[in-house]
Amino acid sequence: MKKKFPKLHAALLRSAQSVPVLIGVVVISFVLTRALPGDPAVYFAGAAADEQSINEIRIAMGLDKTLYEQFFVYVNNLLDGNLGTSLSTGQPVLSDLIKRLPASLELTILSLVLSCFVSIPLGILAATRPDTWVDHLCRFFVTAGVSLPTFFTGILLIYIFYYILGISPSPIGRLDFIYLEPDIVTGFYLIDTAISNDWDTWFGAAKQLILPSITLALFTLAPIARMTRASMLTILSSEFIRTAKAAGLSNGKVLFSYALRNAFLPVITTLGMVFSFALGANVLVEKVFAWPGIGSYAVEALIVSDYAAVQGFVLSMAIMFVILNLLIDLIYMVIDPRIGFGSK
Amino acid sequence: MNKSITRRNFVKTGLAGAAVLPFLKSMPALASKSNTLVVVTGQTINSLDLHRKGTNRASYQVAVNCYDRLLSFGTKKAKGGGYSYDYNKIEPELAESWVVSDDGLLITFKIKKNATFWDGSKVTANDVKWSFDRAVSVGGFPSVQMKAGGLVRPDQFTAINEETFTIKLDKPSKLTIPDLAVPVPFIINSTVAKANATAKDPWAMEYLHKNPAGSGAFKVLKWSPGEQLVYERNDNWAGGPIPEVKRIVVREVPSSATRRALIEKGDVQLSFGIPDKDAAELADKVDVFSTPIENCMHVLCTNRKFEPFQDPNVRKAIAYAVPYDDIFKVAAYGRGAKLWGGEKKIQDIAWPRKSPYYTDLDKAKEHMQKSKYKDGFEVPLSISLGLSSWMEPTALLIQESLSKIGIKVTIEKIPGASWRTAALVEKKLAFHLENFGGWLNTPDYYFYWAYKEGHLFNSSNYRNEEIESLVDSTLHIPMDDPKYKPNIIRMFEIAFEDLPRIPLYQPALNVAANGAKGYEFWFHRQLDVRPLSST
Repeated sequence: MKKKFPKLHAALLRSAQSVPVLIGVVVISFVLTRALPGDPAVYFAGAAADEQSINEIRIAMGLDKTLYEQFFVYVNNLLDGNLGTSLSTGQPVLSDLIKRLPASLELTILSLVLSCFVSIPLGILAATRPDTWVDHLCRFFVTAGVSLPTFFTGILLIYIFYYILGISPSPIGRLDFIYLEPDIVTGFYLIDTAISNDWDTWFGAAKQLILPSITLALFTLAPIARMTRASMLTILSSEFIRTAKAAGLSNGKVLFSYALRNAFLPVITTLGMVFSFALGANVLVEKVFAWPGIGSYAVEALIVSDYAAVQGFVLSMAIMFVILNLLIDLIYMVIDPRIGFGSK
Repeated sequence: MNKSITRRNFVKTGLAGAAVLPFLKSMPALASKSNTLVVVTGQTINSLDLHRKGTNRASYQVAVNCYDRLLSFGTKKAKGGGYSYDYNKIEPELAESWVVSDDGLLITFKIKKNATFWDGSKVTANDVKWSFDRAVSVGGFPSVQMKAGGLVRPDQFTAINEETFTIKLDKPSKLTIPDLAVPVPFIINSTVAKANATAKDPWAMEYLHKNPAGSGAFKVLKWSPGEQLVYERNDNWAGGPIPEVKRIVVREVPSSATRRALIEKGDVQLSFGIPDKDAAELADKVDVFSTPIENCMHVLCTNRKFEPFQDPNVRKAIAYAVPYDDIFKVAAYGRGAKLWGGEKKIQDIAWPRKSPYYTDLDKAKEHMQKSKYKDGFEVPLSISLGLSSWMEPTALLIQESLSKIGIKVTIEKIPGASWRTAALVEKKLAFHLENFGGWLNTPDYYFYWAYKEGHLFNSSNYRNEEIESLVDSTLHIPMDDPKYKPNIIRMFEIAFEDLPRIPLYQPALNVAANGAKGYEFWFHRQLDVRPLSST
């Protein structure tokens, strides 16, 4: 069995390892939300609520029960796939997440792709010409990108490209109000509009994505570019590269076939980390561009102590990172044969 | 979903195909021409049913725009530009006429014969009865608001026949009629609602939460929570003049900087609830309406539980030491109305009104010398992080000024979620900033909430026997009663003498328009889209 499907076995083992992580997340998110300041019953009872109506809300929210009972109810609902109802949006948390998560992912993934297209060549460029003006310029550029807070970059881009030049569309979310939302299949507007062959709306959605994804991409350039440069430098000075050069292979062949593939491993690891902090940085970008994503949702929920929404958010994020880490591990195997499961 | 949008989309295909970058901004222009208005707001709508538990303030606009009440308020010119509702003028909405019995205990309404719900069925007294029963039965805020007008139990409401509806009152009150014109007692299509009610949910809370069933001027064409709400005109509206605009998009844009760019560019026609700073800076670029909010004040509260504040001289010293003018300029950017430096002798019953205090540090020091706390004392001044835009600068200015009369103030910031509990429910903050606005616009209503002991907005733990009895005896008597004016003036005198709440200024609700006209201010501080039209 172990010999027959080693990869499958390893993948299953890794998935099984994530179960205790998820159980931990359920417990911690429950306890932490209860530790949030404020009394949600008072908050949601509204402006002119008296003692009686606050109590009615408390009972409706199940907050009159003991913490153990509340936890039991929560876990029971979770097993039924019920994440509860968010009080601040008035919708079931699950449907909120299903709607908002793709919005954030679409933005984050696009900005990461954009960022990779710029930062990896930049990193290679810098590594092949270390300590020249090219290297310094790259360093300056990416440092500036990561040093500017995303909300500032966002507002600056809006100011230049929307307010002054007028060449970018109104920053009011995923689609200008003039377009109709595409039928939801994946929740990614670029994919959904392509599926329904509605290229007009596809352009509409793409236009809305440009500024926010550039904002986010600028922020994520630095770690990727710096990591590419560092690992390329290490690889380029290693012996097999010298051998390859001595054997008379062309520069391009050495650089792209031998050095780059080996240098990618730490870059992929960094990408996983960058993805997680890009999702965090999303919060501010979402606010500035009125993006109906998961970051602004979580912040709103935190501010008003909306327990169900916060727990749902933490849980979905945890699941996502477990999957992400799994994927990264599997990608390692493809890129670097030394880490292959076959060697076990 | 809609043909015209699809067609416009279709027209745009050519443009979008031709231009890759830079993109042309042709859509908003097309939209405004075609009878659509776009409104941006920083608030989020979380339910289409005001009666639901947890429904937030921003959602009240759905009750206003999509439902009708029996009565509504008239319109007048507002201070600060534009229009305002008129508390003193009651107008019919779904009621054709109404009669109050001589003893004031029975109100009989005739419902408009031509009034229909969106599904075409007639609005009957049974619908009114069901909706009123719902409002007083569901508990929470709607029931509290109904109670303010003496509407407490379902047995007070009777559907005599299809077009006649009566309300029986336990005692006559001047607040009953205005309370029928606030957003809460809206009239629901009871046939539709009952068809979607269950044994567990007899008032169809789950259904109406997402599916409004009313007779109002606008229907909800589409609601994407956290993104936008699209209103579409009801061409058969019987409640008033048919709105000029066919479709109104209310888009949620959390960042005020983005909202400002949008309204300045004219890509949206109305920006609702803009910050005071933007209002001051945009005033000469677009139409800005800054309406002082009726019956609402930003105040500085001195909690009686804190010993030094039991000394009247300390309270007066503070009232003379507050830098009113600086606060008004820095925290409010001059928007709203000043509430200091008023006449010593009170002769009229305008409210909010200027207090007789003004900034005079010499007088403040004199009062401190007369008090038991000559050497001063220390006190934390609490502010809410959720309201920091006005509270923080105000608190800093007060801190600086009070240090000159020997009161050492430390600023305590409380998270927004804990603020209500600490300030209003537990009433434990010694020295804090507060803001209350009454929907029903009479001074006694304000006093009822903010000066009576134990009431929610009396966060100073204030108790004065005379105020207690004055409010009780004044709250329900008509405004033309001979006792009304002297009672109110006496309340003002006591309030300014005892100073549980030191008035700072009357805040404004700021709205910017660029391509829209007809904006009207309402006490509920939400956007009534019905009178809007494009320019």
